[in-house]
Amino acid sequence: MTRHPHIEIADDTMRLSGDMLISDIEGIAGANVPSGTISVIDITQVGRMDTAGAWAVVSLERRIGGGGSKPMVTGASQAQAGLLATLREHMPQDAAVPSHKISVADRLEAFGRATTRAAHTAIAMTGFLGQVVATMFGLILHPKRIRWIAIVHHMQQVGLNAVPIVSLMAFLIGVVLAFQGAAQLRQFGAEVFVVDLIAISILRELGVLLTAIIVAGRSGSAFTAAIGAMKMREEIDAMKTLGVDPITVLVVPRVLALILMLPVLGLIANVSGLIGGAIMSWIELGVSPSVFKARFVSDTDVWHFGVGMIKAPFFALIIGIVGCYEGMQVKGDTESLGELTSVSVVLSIFLVIAADALFSIFFEIVGV
Amino acid sequence: MTMGDPIISVRGLVTRFGTHTVHDGLDLDVRRGEIIGIVGGSGTGKSVLLRAVVGLLKPAAGEIRVFGESVRDTPELQYRQLRKRWGVMFQGGALFSSLNVQQNVEAPMREQLDLSPQTRAALAAIKVRMVGLPENALGQMPSELSGGMRKRAGFARAIALDPEIVFLDEPTAGLDPIGAAAFDILIAQLRAALGLTVFFVTHDLDSLHAICDRIAVLAEGRVLATGTMAEMQQIDHPWVQAYFKGPRARAALVQKRTA
Repeated sequence: MTRHPHIEIADDTMRLSGDMLISDIEGIAGANVPSGTISVIDITQVGRMDTAGAWAVVSLERRIGGGGSKPMVTGASQAQAGLLATLREHMPQDAAVPSHKISVADRLEAFGRATTRAAHTAIAMTGFLGQVVATMFGLILHPKRIRWIAIVHHMQQVGLNAVPIVSLMAFLIGVVLAFQGAAQLRQFGAEVFVVDLIAISILRELGVLLTAIIVAGRSGSAFTAAIGAMKMREEIDAMKTLGVDPITVLVVPRVLALILMLPVLGLIANVSGLIGGAIMSWIELGVSPSVFKARFVSDTDVWHFGVGMIKAPFFALIIGIVGCYEGMQVKGDTESLGELTSVSVVLSIFLVIAADALFSIFFEIVGV
Repeated sequence: MTMGDPIISVRGLVTRFGTHTVHDGLDLDVRRGEIIGIVGGSGTGKSVLLRAVVGLLKPAAGEIRVFGESVRDTPELQYRQLRKRWGVMFQGGALFSSLNVQQNVEAPMREQLDLSPQTRAALAAIKVRMVGLPENALGQMPSELSGGMRKRAGFARAIALDPEIVFLDEPTAGLDPIGAAAFDILIAQLRAALGLTVFFVTHDLDSLHAICDRIAVLAEGRVLATGTMAEMQQIDHPWVQAYFKGPRARAALVQKRTA
């Protein structure tokens, strides 16, 4: 049975009683004490006492003593005296925690630091890109060093295994485009233009862009996590000591596999999106598959397809480089692994969309 | 329970992973206030025993009583009360990586008790200094600490609520000899100051010599022998002989005598 702690003050003696345990010690430690009159703290009546209880006694002792002479603590058992001595030795003198307010200057400084950090990251990532490209050229000169098995393995991981999700996504996008386009075009009696709408938007933009976004979420994060875990377990350092270049072994196969597979996935997405659009046009607008096909073949410039496909390897390069770079940045703790994996996905999706915008301007200028 | 009863009592413990039997009818008693060292070769289930005793692992059979109460069949609410009375330090410290040292040490207080932030901070500061960490460690994240400091912080978290029993899983593994010796002294000091019972899984012969009251040797799925370091020398079992009379044991013994 525990007895609640209690304070009694008589003349110059403060008498503590009860069990001084962590669960109900706060009242004692924070109790009001008359300053200067107490010279003895008597703990004879105290039953059990833990560290928190000893902390309360020592903080009372210090508060009563103030700057002057400290009161005597009497009546401690041997164990309690030992505990009190330990506490006196280890309790910080000034318990007050300095409060720090965030000023405007602090915010400006944080902003400046974030900006320079972003600039440094951009420079470092460009450097990493250069390193990877240089390694690739080196491998062209020495093709025996190319890790074919690793490349094929990653091609299966990022390419073949992504086919179901990519084709389903593109199919649904085609369906949505046809469905939404139909509602608008029907108002003008221009239903058949839905073919152009679907063909151009999917071939030129959506097929490859959305595939790249899915691949960034699927494979970019996997690259970061896998390389980051190797970094954490010092596998990458082990490779370096064995004279194995981590870029050749880990980064190049992943980036190459992505560059090879993203156009293929983009093509699958295009076909699947067109099929989705065609089926929806047939159901919703009565545009039969043969009409759809005829209009598609006669009206759609092959460059729409070309523009989409040209972008695919560049998107792949962005996703691969960002994913591997962030993986290499992982430090020893699990926290940074999770953080960098999410950075990797967000950054690669952002950069893919930014690159897509640049490509749009470029193709506009070139006129295709 | 009376004072004489063992604080931890394990009877007929059987643990299995799939078809692999780790413990096969293991018996062990730990007395109140002692430091018991659990030794055994790799894979003899030292850490598994620790996990079974604190209830992280469900044994296939057997009875485990801590403070006289069964760990296995206690209802959740009572188990929570039981859990307040022990602290566990895992091998790498197992600090929560998203919290700094102070928040880590405060975590058990925050979960189990209703204390004001000031009190929590004051108690955490004391515990951190008690385990020999500098005060500026309070604000540091676990990733910024060295291995030894992480273990100390893990120990501070384990003793945050002044438990009656502390379970330590290889606290000195991976520390340099100076750090390991300092950790041994720390454990002995805190045992004296807080009246702890220490359940100490270790490989470290120096620690066994320095602070353990009794040693329990795990082998062949059970406790082969318990006793003091001196008694271990007399036991006639090839593994025990090899462990306690090998070159490293002799070196530790010599060190102890000259010290």
